[in-house]
Amino acid sequence: MATPPSALHEPWREPERQHDAMVFGLWVFLASEVLFFGGILLTYAVARHADPQGFAAGARASDLFFGTLNTAVLMTSSLTMAVGERALKEGLVRWARWALIATVLLGFAFLVFKGFEYRDDFEKHLVPGLDFRFTGRAEQLFWGFYWTATVIHAIHLSVGIGAVGRLLLLDWRGEMPSHWMGAEATALYWHLVDIIWILLYPLIYLTGRP
Amino acid sequence: MMPVEASAFAGRVDHLFFLLIGISVVIIVLVVTLVFGFAVRYRSGSKAKRGPLPRWVKREVEIGWTAVTLFVALFLFWWASSAQVEEWTPPPNALEIHVVAKQWMWKTQHPDGVREINALHVPEGVPVKLVMTSQDVIHSFFVPALRVKQDVLPGRYTQLWFNADRVGKYHLFCAEYCGTDHSRMTGSVVVMTQGDYARWLAAQPQGDDLAAQGAKLFVSMGCSGCHSEGARVHAPSLAGIYGTLQPLSDGSFVRADEGYLRDSIMLPRRQVVAGYAPIMPSFEGIASEDQVVAVIAYLKAMPKGRNEAR
Amino acid sequence: MENAGVLRGAPDTGSYLSESSVKSWLTTTDHKRIAILYAFSITLFFFLGGVAATIIRLELFTPNGDIVSADGYNRLFTLHGIVMVWFFLVPSIPTTFGNFLLPLMIGARDVAFPKLNLLSWYLFVIAGLLTVATLLAGGVDTGWTFYTPFSSLYSNSNVLLAAAGVFVAGFSSIATGINFIATIHMLRARGMTWMRLPLFAWAMYATSLVMVLATPVLAMSLLLISVERIFGLPIFDPRAGGDPLLFQHLFWFYSHPAVYIMILPAMGVVSEIIACEARRRVFGYQFMVYAMVAIAVLGFLVWGHHMFVSGQSPYASMVFSFLSFVIAVPSAIKVFNWTGTLYRGQIRFSAPMLYALGFLGLFTIGGLTGLFLAAIPVDVHVTDTYFVVAHFHYIMVGASVSAFFGGLHFWWPKITGRLYSEKFATLAAITMFFGFNFTFFPQFIAGYLGMPRRYYHYAPEYQIWNVMSSSGAVILAAAYLAPLAYLGWSLVRGERASANPRGATGLEWSVPSPPPTENFDRPPVVTVGPYRYHPEHETHQAPDHPAHEPQRSA
Repeated sequence: MATPPSALHEPWREPERQHDAMVFGLWVFLASEVLFFGGILLTYAVARHADPQGFAAGARASDLFFGTLNTAVLMTSSLTMAVGERALKEGLVRWARWALIATVLLGFAFLVFKGFEYRDDFEKHLVPGLDFRFTGRAEQLFWGFYWTATVIHAIHLSVGIGAVGRLLLLDWRGEMPSHWMGAEATALYWHLVDIIWILLYPLIYLTGRP
Repeated sequence: MMPVEASAFAGRVDHLFFLLIGISVVIIVLVVTLVFGFAVRYRSGSKAKRGPLPRWVKREVEIGWTAVTLFVALFLFWWASSAQVEEWTPPPNALEIHVVAKQWMWKTQHPDGVREINALHVPEGVPVKLVMTSQDVIHSFFVPALRVKQDVLPGRYTQLWFNADRVGKYHLFCAEYCGTDHSRMTGSVVVMTQGDYARWLAAQPQGDDLAAQGAKLFVSMGCSGCHSEGARVHAPSLAGIYGTLQPLSDGSFVRADEGYLRDSIMLPRRQVVAGYAPIMPSFEGIASEDQVVAVIAYLKAMPKGRNEAR
Repeated sequence: MENAGVLRGAPDTGSYLSESSVKSWLTTTDHKRIAILYAFSITLFFFLGGVAATIIRLELFTPNGDIVSADGYNRLFTLHGIVMVWFFLVPSIPTTFGNFLLPLMIGARDVAFPKLNLLSWYLFVIAGLLTVATLLAGGVDTGWTFYTPFSSLYSNSNVLLAAAGVFVAGFSSIATGINFIATIHMLRARGMTWMRLPLFAWAMYATSLVMVLATPVLAMSLLLISVERIFGLPIFDPRAGGDPLLFQHLFWFYSHPAVYIMILPAMGVVSEIIACEARRRVFGYQFMVYAMVAIAVLGFLVWGHHMFVSGQSPYASMVFSFLSFVIAVPSAIKVFNWTGTLYRGQIRFSAPMLYALGFLGLFTIGGLTGLFLAAIPVDVHVTDTYFVVAHFHYIMVGASVSAFFGGLHFWWPKITGRLYSEKFATLAAITMFFGFNFTFFPQFIAGYLGMPRRYYHYAPEYQIWNVMSSSGAVILAAAYLAPLAYLGWSLVRGERASANPRGATGLEWSVPSPPPTENFDRPPVVTVGPYRYHPEHETHQAPDHPAHEPQRSA
């Protein structure tokens, strides 16, 4: 792995150490993120425990098609992200470029599908407070969770798209090869966003379904 | 310097408090003596012997004081918890008074229907159980003289009990911050002799007692349409339900206490009794907290076995 | 021993302070300059929170409303709480002394992520501006605890703005935490093993762990309040089946560990001061380390003791009570070890030492009253009364702020390159200790007598205690203001300080005062443990073996 000295920042003296620290710092950040989502998952657990049937009834109104499609999209994007990051590390810039472009596009695809899903949810009166379809409280709590959790996830994903976009911008300037460390950090973050979705998917779309 | 002790329990809390003060004073005196002693003896340039510490000081002393503090901590936990455990369940014969809190007022209601605002009259020497709920935010029912405090939550019942043994008028405070007039949400708890209490009750404007109010509501709000003999809808009979173990549709059992009865009215689908369809409508927003209190009082007063006699 | 008294070149050339343009300050990634930026910011907030406290204490002179309205009072104590907790106490020691000293103490050039460090300061400034905006917009009246459903459904004040401020401040804290953890793991000098770390570095490590793992939960709970308030999505709303207690669990899951964010750094500072001024190794160094880690870990498991009267399960209360008694043990160990450090020392009664001894006394009282609050029957009586107010002020203000001032005086020559007036500093330290006790001790009594907290009007029988407390507050305010004057004077006219005016061990004292931008000429190499203030015969090293190899080899 060739790392030009320009990528070495203060206070580091060796690129390996700098790289280790970056990955280490990112893992610490991911631990922090896990606790962040832990808070909302706890609200889910409490609400579901209070009225399992009503909660499941609310969950059954979710759109399994979009949910599953988006899961597939996001998992594919994880694959392309992994390929891109690995390729960059090995110096295969062309591979990396195309894999990262695919990642960004898949990320956008997720957001677009999510947008369609949100539109359907609006039309089906699935927003608590806005002529909500159900009268039960557990349904309200479920949909309160749905909107909060998916929007927070979408914001995280947008940040991820921005980070991959930054790598592509560096590529356009021809600087990408020296930023394989940034790519590794981006990839770690991207996978975290994916894992959170994989947690949300069964909680939202499979709850209450046989 | 000490607040009034208006119950035996208050005395026990104070004993624990004094025990804690005693232990604290011992520890503070120990630390302060050592710090001052060392500060004088080992001030810079004094002639006291310095040199390395004897080896035993290093580890044994450390382990020693760790063990001692741990022991003290566990002893205090044992003492405090055993005092608490005995207070968990109110005696079965306790006088039951309902409390509804709202911004910024306390409403209390005696079993025979007498209502008070920002005041609570109770007889001396009789255990009193408060069943409390809030109409808006979280409040907290705090009577310093009785050393009791319990948050009052919207959407559920919390309980508190005491046995006042000293006639007098004591402060009632809201202890959980609840908005603008939090500090004005105060009142008094008046402890009277049993004779005075009976006379006081008799002098109040008489209405129906709680259970009778509840009986009327049971009909007027339509509960009896399903929950009565001969109703065409398949709904469980409620006679004598209070305090029984109810089998639920998910196979578990639940004790039919005030909280369960309240949930069954406000959140009927949360716990459905085994063998019945979840068809009961929610009375959330339809029945006020006061009305729910009355209906529950009626359910508790309903004689056992009236329906089973078929 | 050491290279005490070494003055290299002209005092300010090449020091981190030599560049003085505004731009050079606002774009700096030097941990020392960022520490100074933070120091200015938190000083402003300390006095903002202090003004609120002063008005509160004035208002409480009499049982009735005099100066402000009931709403005004509620907004004042909320402002006081939010500003003092998130904009002073939580960042105070970590972002100033932590930023300045941690890299120096472990022999690093800077923190692991210097740009992230600057970013965290900007986040802090944004958060601070949001909070000031809240104040200008009319304030917020939820109390710093933001309890639902009051905050999410009933309050008519600027809850969202205030929550946004705290939310952003949380990210600043997380960024600092990540930075410190990575710094300590990855940037220790050669030979600086974990058990050779100064206790201050250990304190920063334990604090950072808590910051990184607890703060996100606060962020999420504030986010959920905001969602409920803005969009009406039901989360905690009991009318929609939500659980208002859930918020308290989430909030205290952060806020109890947050107490340790405020006190652990203070413990670190005090350990450094006592060892140096008693000229003695810290008694039981390893136990001190384990105690700090134990406090950080156990701190996550005791949040339920804030909720004994909330209506949570009595079994849960029992478990939390037990764990709360257990966490007293490591705290007690630390008190005994500090006391033990004095044994056979050569004690100097300098101003920092007086602050440190003041800390010891106030922390002991604060910690012991914590036992009262762990005992359920006593807690039921005193929770949400002035007893609790007094208790946490003893820990968070008495102990933590004393340590902050102690550290400020202790490292002042290192940070600024100037000496301050020892006479004034001693006077301020003594005044602060007595002023603090006059202010807060009467509150224990008022609380046990039953005076609830957050009361604008109170029953007349509590007035005597409030008058005492308010009078003490005048002394305390004077003690807090005094350092502004004599430390300000020292900046302008103070005598130049040598590299190590206190004859302290620790790598930060091996560089000139103020330190050069690059910290060390060459990466230092550490060969022995910290606090070698006196010969140790048990180890087979020469008694006057230098603590650190002077800057040599790479």
